[in-house]
Amino acid sequence: MKKRYILTFPPDATNKAIIWELIKKYDIKINIIKANINSGEEGSLLLEMEASKKNLVEGLDYISESGISCLPVDKSVKLDIEKCIHCGSCTAVCFALALTINKDDARLNFDTEKCIVCELCTTACPLDLFTIHFGD
Amino acid sequence: MIKKTVKEINDKIQKGRAVILTAEEVSELSKSNTPSEIIKKVDVVTTATFGPMCSSGAFINFGHSDPPIRMQNVTLNNVEAYAGLAAVDSYIGATQVSASNPKYGGAHVIEDLINGKDIALKATSPGTDCYPRKEIKTTINKNNVNEIFLFNPRNSYQNYPVATNSADKLINTYMGNLLPHFGNATYSTSGELSPLLNDPDMKTIGIGTRIFLGGTEGYVSWYGTQFHTSKPKNKAGIPLSNGATLAVIGNLKEMSGEYIKAAYFENYGVSIFIGIGIPIPIISEEIARAVSIRNENIETTICDYSIPDHPQIGITNYRELQSGKIIIKGREVRTASMSSLFKARQIADELKRRLKENKFLLTEPVQMFPQNTSLNSLDIRGEK
Repeated sequence: MKKRYILTFPPDATNKAIIWELIKKYDIKINIIKANINSGEEGSLLLEMEASKKNLVEGLDYISESGISCLPVDKSVKLDIEKCIHCGSCTAVCFALALTINKDDARLNFDTEKCIVCELCTTACPLDLFTIHFGD
Repeated sequence: MIKKTVKEINDKIQKGRAVILTAEEVSELSKSNTPSEIIKKVDVVTTATFGPMCSSGAFINFGHSDPPIRMQNVTLNNVEAYAGLAAVDSYIGATQVSASNPKYGGAHVIEDLINGKDIALKATSPGTDCYPRKEIKTTINKNNVNEIFLFNPRNSYQNYPVATNSADKLINTYMGNLLPHFGNATYSTSGELSPLLNDPDMKTIGIGTRIFLGGTEGYVSWYGTQFHTSKPKNKAGIPLSNGATLAVIGNLKEMSGEYIKAAYFENYGVSIFIGIGIPIPIISEEIARAVSIRNENIETTICDYSIPDHPQIGITNYRELQSGKIIIKGREVRTASMSSLFKARQIADELKRRLKENKFLLTEPVQMFPQNTSLNSLDIRGEK
């Protein structure tokens, strides 16, 4: 299974090799989407973790035991494609390349798997067709 | 040298024998055909654009109430309309914003009217002997008012510069959200499909030309505002930045919400996407050559929008822009369009269908546009 989490590190935990442990010990495939870490300060990481359910649960327990807060991110971006005019304004700000204009038919393509929920598209769309949804 | 007249082409359209291609199709054909071959094979080329065009709006005549009112302050869904005209005439401008909702404006009123929705009309007046009523509150729609016609002072820009941002923070512009440190670059024409790039010297387009406007037939009513025909041109005869423009007119009651869309740009304001298609009659080899233009030969200027006068920082072409990346100052920058190529193609195809089915006939301009025009800037006078 694949899920997203926000990890918040207390100032004294930022020197721990948490990610290394998660990969080596729990065999979790990790994609760091956003990171804000400065030594001596509270840090945060937005991660996508992919592993078997068992490994993921054990990995999450390890994170909690290390004194790091871990909150699941259940946000997703939805597009009202029926109303889309395929202008391309949203593709200008989509660095995850989830939003692209097809080369052949010039239609907008939204690959939700690639979306990192940065939400820049919600303000870039001149027709206001993107919304943020919470929960699975 | 072969020549054809618009009348001859119209005769062929009426007999269902005219050969009509879109501007993209003729650009493809030009890879294996010379202009003298193209004029023999092709009668009309359809061009189109579907982009945000702020300088747009509609005239409305509301009809008279009993007792009548000489409207002085008018709002439509809380968006102010200009009423400095006769008693019940007004003009709703696309970019005028609602007093209660900054994301709703004249463009949305126009789209709602096209879609047949009811709009709240409020008007006040001091009252006169002949127009005694001082206030009116009612709802209107496109069926219960007299005339509504779109009259856009500046549409269909010939070329437009690419926008990018060298500064260290994101800027919100009418060219979209420009990311810091050249994070992206945006452009807004349909390239080789764009009307005024297929007839750059406007030999077939002029005052009175019948066009496709918002789903119905419209007309070029005048040359557009900021009409600039003396910008530097490239080898292919294309001005390297925003040149000529069109003022257009058409019956809003016949338009379709498919081809007119209200828009809101973050921290910029309201604008409106206008769908325009222009048929170009292939009357000479010169025109055949002009419509053969391909994206790689249409160049435009790259401008830095983080600096007030948007200085030029490079030149690119539409083949590169449509490929998804260009090079600015030695680095690869992602590109995105603000105008819809998908919708422009839809319009070019629709206009082609109407011409084929003899539902649209070509016109010759009543008068050609002025030449060698340039722009004035606004001096700040009276300051010491």
